[in-house]
Amino acid sequence: MTVIAKPSSALSRALDDRTVLGLLFMVPAAALLLLFLTYPLGLGTYLGFTDAKIGRAGEWVGLENYKFLWSDAVTRLALFNTLFYTAVASVIKFVLGLWLALLLNKHLPLKSFFRAIVLLPFIVPTALSAIAFWWIYDSQFSIISWALMRMGLIHQYIDFLGNPWHARFSTIAANIWRGVPFVAITLLAGLQTISPSYYEAASLDGATPWQQFRHVTLPLLTPIIAVVMTFSVLFTFTDFQLIYVLTRGGPLNATHLMATLSFQRAIPGGNLGEGAAIATAMVPFLLAAIMVSYFGLQRRAWQQGGTDR
Amino acid sequence: MSKANATPESVDSQGMHYLTSLPRRVVTVYLPLGAFLIVLLFPFYWMVITAFKPNEELLSREGNPFWVVHPTFAHINKLLFETDYPSWLWNTVLVSVVATFVSIVCSVLAAYAIERLRYRGSRYVGMGIFLAYLVPPSILFIPLAAMVYKLNLFDTRLALILTYPTFLIPFCTWLLMGYFKSIPFELEECALIDGATRLQILIKIILPLAVPGLISAGIFAFTLSWNEFIYALTFVSSSEVKTVSVAVVTELVEGDVYHWGSLMAGALFGSLPVAILYSFFVEYYVSGLTGAVKE
Repeated sequence: MTVIAKPSSALSRALDDRTVLGLLFMVPAAALLLLFLTYPLGLGTYLGFTDAKIGRAGEWVGLENYKFLWSDAVTRLALFNTLFYTAVASVIKFVLGLWLALLLNKHLPLKSFFRAIVLLPFIVPTALSAIAFWWIYDSQFSIISWALMRMGLIHQYIDFLGNPWHARFSTIAANIWRGVPFVAITLLAGLQTISPSYYEAASLDGATPWQQFRHVTLPLLTPIIAVVMTFSVLFTFTDFQLIYVLTRGGPLNATHLMATLSFQRAIPGGNLGEGAAIATAMVPFLLAAIMVSYFGLQRRAWQQGGTDR
Repeated sequence: MSKANATPESVDSQGMHYLTSLPRRVVTVYLPLGAFLIVLLFPFYWMVITAFKPNEELLSREGNPFWVVHPTFAHINKLLFETDYPSWLWNTVLVSVVATFVSIVCSVLAAYAIERLRYRGSRYVGMGIFLAYLVPPSILFIPLAAMVYKLNLFDTRLALILTYPTFLIPFCTWLLMGYFKSIPFELEECALIDGATRLQILIKIILPLAVPGLISAGIFAFTLSWNEFIYALTFVSSSEVKTVSVAVVTELVEGDVYHWGSLMAGALFGSLPVAILYSFFVEYYVSGLTGAVKE
């Protein structure tokens, strides 16, 4: 300590203190996050209890917004759509993603090339790939309709985005297309951590491939499945871009998700308070969805005596 | 393709796959994989084909739609010289680069403080960072919009540069914490004994060792900001300030006539920069993606 006497020793000693220096290092990140993340979270909850409009602060109206939304058929429909969209898309993304991960985990030539290609839909801006889907789903020039016509499977062009249920499934399909690579690549990373000796032992004991998958792969993969599916559910539940680009919530609000509805009410509609209330109403569902996918899957790992975490 | 005489080193991780015959392998592995690849890549192929197709071919049900007979640059020409496309691209580059840089600097400091300085309460801050990572932009954009109006930032690039770090910093900090954790404490102790300050340690010892982590975080943050949509849609309204994804969706769609050729060209050129960047850093990107999920 006495080798070099510094003039401003009080300052330099303070900077050597881990707590002082640690807090100092936290300042830039903390300032940005508190100002633009924590504060808006609180502000959003507050706005949900006001009748704020764009450019007008608004008065406290208590539960007025929530009462209105509860009686509002469009909001209820949006809630149903969101739950349906999340449930169907997440399950299919999981099944297809796991399958793709298992395929990529096989001994393949050009394996890393395939892995790179597979992730492309996840890299590219969603809004831009959604534009491509918009064109693929076009009611008059859809390539899918064209191909199905040629094969003689249908007799007139399918109106992919014009009919409520067609639109729901078309947007779900586009969401799955974008989400499968994420699930597959992260699960593949999990698969690669499983030691091959388990499979050797299992096959020496005469386990069939299905039994190996059911009793070796799945239990060892469960912890990472839980995390991946939590993220997947989170992304799907709060999805905005795909719906906004493909249908803007139509036809007849059949594809409105809570995120798109809150945007529509708040920004073009100008009702910040109402939009904020819809966005806040997403939070409990979001937490529940996260709990289900995280703890639900996590518990299975404990039940099976999984200590490999 | 037969690996029947495989040496022990080349036996793959699935153990005894050489027992399965080639035809069986084709049906169970190559066919499904091929189907996956075709479906996953088709929209890109369709983007490219449409961008070069003349309108007569686009709007006809005759002929083979999967190929272009008379390729044309008309759509690309229209996009580049008759719209603000170049300035949209420039905005996106500017916003993404600045937001990424700011976020990386903040995240390096924060991650080092949380992981290595271990100040009092740092564990809870680490948890808080993870929770912040889970907050989706779709519940933040309304209050942020109210703030942006109030701060007179509406319709400026600065609004985007300041708000993007809200989802970049939590992610980058979380990722870098994992990297810093793997660097041995002894290195820092040696440097401390030699009289280095904490800042010198961070810059001269930790950062050089964490370069792969920095690249992962940087690539990931850049693609996340390039792909951002809802903030850019809400906080910006004039064409000159828009980013590519928002501008393609809002500016290139006029009325009921869709110019599919230039729309697809716009989508293609908006996707290419990230795709090219990604192709150079695939390994870093994948390790960033899987590292952030695995923790």
